[in-house]
Amino acid sequence: MAMAPVHIPLFYYLIVSAILFALGTIGVIVRRNAIIMFMCIELMLNAVNLSLVAFSRYLSDIGGQLMVIFVMAVAAAEVAVGLGIIVSIFRNRESINIDTLDVMKG
Amino acid sequence: MGTQILFAILAAVAVVCGIGVVVSASPVRSALNLVLVLCSVALLYLTLNASFVAAIQIIVYAGAIMVLFLFVVMILNLGSPEPLVNKLKPQTPLAVVAGLVLIGVIASVVASIPPQASGRLLPEATTGALTIGLSLFSPAWVFPFEAVSVLLLVATVGAVVLATRRAL
Repeated sequence: MAMAPVHIPLFYYLIVSAILFALGTIGVIVRRNAIIMFMCIELMLNAVNLSLVAFSRYLSDIGGQLMVIFVMAVAAAEVAVGLGIIVSIFRNRESINIDTLDVMKG
Repeated sequence: MGTQILFAILAAVAVVCGIGVVVSASPVRSALNLVLVLCSVALLYLTLNASFVAAIQIIVYAGAIMVLFLFVVMILNLGSPEPLVNKLKPQTPLAVVAGLVLIGVIASVVASIPPQASGRLLPEATTGALTIGLSLFSPAWVFPFEAVSVLLLVATVGAVVLATRRAL
């Protein structure tokens, strides 16, 4: 080995992950379009995945990467069911604006 | 040095496109911004030597999930944004403040993590599909694995039921 590779500190990855997570949170709070809120949830899941992979590397434990694979499987299941619900809501109400969906008095 | 520049570029692309996801008026633009975020996060996985997870990220997220999103956006003809009446206008600055506070809280927690010695990094030989597959079927992880397979089956059945029912 000629020279030791330069490692990026774990801190940097976690900060990027925190910023992405906060962006997703802001999006879920601010946006009223159900599909965009869904995308912001995906953004939050990705932020968590990034920190899991970073911990997996820096704590030398492969469990973090396995957890990421489980998170992806759960996200895929969630998207399939959630988009199905959104499509059937749109069929009934011609809108996916969250503000108009008040039958549950939420 | 090259790794740090690469990390800086990828992180900047991820954050800028993440902002794009939140502020885009049209769902299609949000989705395309999200694709860029997913791709840059996949490249960040590569800088962490997690090549298998990076490949899965591209295939499952950018390939399957985002196609599903775009498909629904185009089926519902949501490409042009309807003028939304935002009942919760004062919520927007509060949400930004809450997001900044969230970043600060996470950063203060993260800053208290002791830095690991670089000798304890995950070796590159353990990040391929073979090692991940073997650890997935090790006794510690095989039960979550089977549970996830049941979950995917339930989600498939649920999606079919939701799609075939004519009126809720």
